[in-house]
Amino acid sequence: MARTLITVPRTARRDEIIEIRALVQHSMETGYRRSSEGDLLPRDLIRRFTCRFVPRVAANSSATSTAGDLIFAATFHAAIAANPYLSFNLRATTSGTLVFSWEGDNGLAQTETVSLLVA
Amino acid sequence: MQPSTQALQKDDTQNPAMLWVKAGEALWNKPEGAAAKSCASCHGEIGRMKSVATRYPAYSSTQAKVINLSQQVNLCRVTQQQVSQWPAEHESLLGLEAAIAKESRGLPISPPTQSQLADAQTRGEALFNQRIGQVDLSCRDCHETLAGRKLGGNVIPQGHATGYPIYRLEWQSVGSLQRRLRGCMTAVRAEPYAHGASELIDLEAYLAKRAAGMKLETPGVRP
Ligand code: HEC
Ligand code: HEC
Repeated sequence: MARTLITVPRTARRDEIIEIRALVQHSMETGYRRSSEGDLLPRDLIRRFTCRFVPRVAANSSATSTAGDLIFAATFHAAIAANPYLSFNLRATTSGTLVFSWEGDNGLAQTETVSLLVA
Repeated sequence: MQPSTQALQKDDTQNPAMLWVKAGEALWNKPEGAAAKSCASCHGEIGRMKSVATRYPAYSSTQAKVINLSQQVNLCRVTQQQVSQWPAEHESLLGLEAAIAKESRGLPISPPTQSQLADAQTRGEALFNQRIGQVDLSCRDCHETLAGRKLGGNVIPQGHATGYPIYRLEWQSVGSLQRRLRGCMTAVRAEPYAHGASELIDLEAYLAKRAAGMKLETPGVRP
């Protein structure tokens, strides 16, 4: 499990533009470097980051979607520094859950969730 | 240091070293050993470690020698938790050291008054002034006489160890003061002392005396 540091305001006013920050601990090994013994270090990269927003479904609503809307995505390649940091913005319209996920080499598939309250 | 590097250090939501601090804070509460004791079992919440890091290196009466903060952490692991010590530069050791030192952020570096520590500072100062390596430069030559000048693309800093453990962009990870010092020795093509060597502790003790009164800024970010 990679360690993450996600920063989202706990609450936001309706239609406020909020900043979201996501830092993840990852070596982003390019596959081109060699160890001090001369062996090629195997490639280990995060390939894709996505952030989705799942609105909180009102109890009397018939909506069933839980996948949410994609609000930000990034594709990573070699030459991105270790421990990549991203920041992006969202217009907060309704309360719900932000779902962050990092996917990549060696079966990396990590998901973190943070809830957002829109008053 | 460039404004962008300073900005990275100042903002806890961007400073990559905070990933290590966070891990260290989790370890603080993790039970270890047969007695299942965590650091918190004996020391309480980590906030109680406030100002501790400003006093290290310090003389330990149980060890009868001067030790640095990471050695104290390992000491508690071995003598209190009865588990094996972490090797130098171990992620967990750096994490705990960073988490403890962060509790002293903004406080002045304050080496205690101890005769054994004073001896270590004196030995450290002699090492600091001694020319070493094929390049034949002392720490003082670079960090006092040539401070502010350039070495390759880097500005030579005054060499005040106020932010350790640091996240170094070149390392792409967190590392200890000893790793930094060994780097300076290799840079002048001198044989670096081994991790934990008494000479490195003496240098650390002198650096703390030299930086006394400056504010601790762990976790620092450096180029
Ligand atoms: C069973 C109780 C116990 C546990 C568990 C324990 N310690 Fe300690 N710790 C002590 C005692 C007693 C001292 C003071 C004597 C000494 O220096 O060993 C001390 C001293 C320290 C100090 C120095 C404090 C100062 O004011 O200089 C630090 C730092 C420290 N411990 C960190 C840790 C960490 C980190 C852990 C977990 C990995 C830990 N301790 C686990 C009992 C404990
Ligand atoms: C050839 C010049 C040179 C010599 C000799 C040298 N250093 Fe350095 N030192 C540097 C440079 C350059 C940096 C900064 C590198 C960077 O981060 O860009 C540095 C960084 C440091 C730092 C880190 C400061 C900080 O802000 O974190 C410390 C501490 C330090 N040196 C101590 C020493 C000690 C102790 C010695 C003697 C064993 C020594 N240096 C010898 C050039 C030197």
